[in-house]
Amino acid sequence: MFRMRMHGRGGQGIKTGARVLGSAFFLSDYEVQDAPLYGAERRGAPIHAFVRAARGAIHERGIIRMPDLVVLADSGLLEVARGAVLTGVDADSVLLVRGQASAAALVERYQLPCRTLALPEAGSHATNAPDRSLGTTCAAAAARLVGVIDRGTLEAALVAELSDMSASVIEAALTRALAAYDALEANAGCVVPRADSALQSSAPEWIELPQDGVLTASPAIHATRTSERMPTGLWRTVRPVIDFAQCHRCPWVCSTACPDGAIGMGKCGYPRIDLEHCKGCMVCVLACPWHAMTAVPEPVQ
Amino acid sequence: MIESTARKLLTGNAAAAWAARLGGADYIPAFPITPQTEIIETIARWIDRKELDARMTMFESEHSMLTAAGAAAATGVRTFTATSSQGLLYAMEMLYTVAGWRVPLVLVNVSRGVAAPITLEADHQDVLAARDTGFLQLHCATCQEVLDLTLIAFRLAEDARVRLPVLVNLDGFQLSFTREPVELPSASAAQGFVGEFRESGGEFRAGHPVSQAVAVLGGGPYSYFRYEAQLSMLRALGVFDEISAEFSAVIGRRYEAVECYRAEDAEIVFFLIGSLATKVKGAVDRLRESGFRAGMVRPRLLRPFPAEALRAVLAGKQAVAVIDQDLSLGSGGILHCELASALYGAAGAPAVLTSYVGGLGGRDIDFGELKAMFEETRAGVDCGKTPSPRLLYTRRELHEMRQLQLIAAATDEAARSP
Repeated sequence: MFRMRMHGRGGQGIKTGARVLGSAFFLSDYEVQDAPLYGAERRGAPIHAFVRAARGAIHERGIIRMPDLVVLADSGLLEVARGAVLTGVDADSVLLVRGQASAAALVERYQLPCRTLALPEAGSHATNAPDRSLGTTCAAAAARLVGVIDRGTLEAALVAELSDMSASVIEAALTRALAAYDALEANAGCVVPRADSALQSSAPEWIELPQDGVLTASPAIHATRTSERMPTGLWRTVRPVIDFAQCHRCPWVCSTACPDGAIGMGKCGYPRIDLEHCKGCMVCVLACPWHAMTAVPEPVQ
Repeated sequence: MIESTARKLLTGNAAAAWAARLGGADYIPAFPITPQTEIIETIARWIDRKELDARMTMFESEHSMLTAAGAAAATGVRTFTATSSQGLLYAMEMLYTVAGWRVPLVLVNVSRGVAAPITLEADHQDVLAARDTGFLQLHCATCQEVLDLTLIAFRLAEDARVRLPVLVNLDGFQLSFTREPVELPSASAAQGFVGEFRESGGEFRAGHPVSQAVAVLGGGPYSYFRYEAQLSMLRALGVFDEISAEFSAVIGRRYEAVECYRAEDAEIVFFLIGSLATKVKGAVDRLRESGFRAGMVRPRLLRPFPAEALRAVLAGKQAVAVIDQDLSLGSGGILHCELASALYGAAGAPAVLTSYVGGLGGRDIDFGELKAMFEETRAGVDCGKTPSPRLLYTRRELHEMRQLQLIAAATDEAARSP
């Protein structure tokens, strides 16, 4: 059985990507399970989806603990602990990372324990809009790496899963996806599904739950400002940038509009954006009456 | 419209929507709630595109939604609705009420743990809270079953010998958001099986008023109506088998009220409901490869409870390991309690009946744990003593909980200090 995970950010089309990969296997006569794992369903937040594919019945469900393949649509998520990209990844796994960095650089920087491949970015920074076809591009790359999906079948899966989109969106997504499939020709079939018997299953260390006092045992947060400990700035795919020449220092318009309280007042009454916590929703950009804020794709150089 | 059988990848939610469509639902009162919303979104899209001729109405709450569903069914309209978790609990008063009206409708519940603390992930606390309402309950293990059991549910609800609403349960995330291959029957085959709405003859009409659900005092009339519903519920055991056999003849898939997997020659079986069955089958296979005679027994029909069928398949087993994804606070696992009461005093009943409570709020149960449950149960057989009920919870989980409590300042000492 192939066990595969796709990681990315909300808005990058990871759920759709997993469906494309699932459909490509299904059209190749595999039994398939594909599913997104939702949590903080928010643009930019780490999300993942998984795909299982086997020639016979699949007697598994839910999260994949030991993946044969992990596809990462956004290398920035390696910096986000809650992205949990590397969970269960070992020497028998293949990791495909889309981004600017080379595979060798990624292996060195993150001490990656697995075979690592890079999928170069293809000009998605041309516009400010987040690239919602990243998921399908990554799915196409994955389809090449597993080595059992031919190009025509992949194309059929892409067309089937994107059928609700406009013709131009489908065409652009198809072009990018098939280019990714072609680019990985040299690595076709490098993903080898591990045998069921190779899945680790240690005996659980069960404990008796102690009875705690009620203040410990009730679901309340007594500490203040706990959200400050959550660096949601890494969720951002676009950053609001203030043009101070245009800013009228009208207090509180952008900062009131910010749903995360990430805009405060700085020196001389200019707004100051807390980039540790700004999630990049761009509500402030829309709210600014003077159009003094613009959305700039991350990472901002 | 699909005219021939098609095998497609569908989520459990999409399969439920397809069942409403293929089953010819006329009226769909709705209210959104995660993880159910995709069902009503899918149906709404079909209606919008004129692919489905049905009426959908959005309500301000699940309580009103269920009231409308019951009222519509009382007029003789095939009614489908869906909810989840807090929504099911909010509708609870009307679950009892519309069952008391003896009207047929199908309610899909996408199970999810209940607050507080609030969660989005699945366990069976919500659906088991509806256990005593007078709704029949069917529990699905796969997306295929979601489709098929919902089609069966329309027939079951409308059958003159039953005439009670039916709840079909699928697990949130594990089925609701998971796509897997589903065989869709042709519209004509589905229509052939489900047929036209079966009127009781007592439907409410303009010009034919009915005083529905009268008040009764004194206890005698009340007891009569309640027990009549009970008799119909019990009768539904046989009716399910009959309708299921007909489904098999028309559509080709057979569903017993109790699914048995490698159980016939098993010494120790797992007992559970819902989509965990998929993983348990995998565990049974692996235990068998290691030479253990493991099996699985899973009721699809939970209300009425197929006690006699369970006594028959479990007779002669050494032990049963019951896995509850629910917890009756102050008692324990609900399925464990139900099975124990069915087996008590029965000839050949297993001597050891272990109780595991796990999978609460979507907590994963892996093969290592299933194997450990099997081994602990087997040790109980060897020493002739049933181990104490156990919460599936590890040292590591408690450690992680303690880290969260530190951040939240949620210790009895820290919370009291300013």
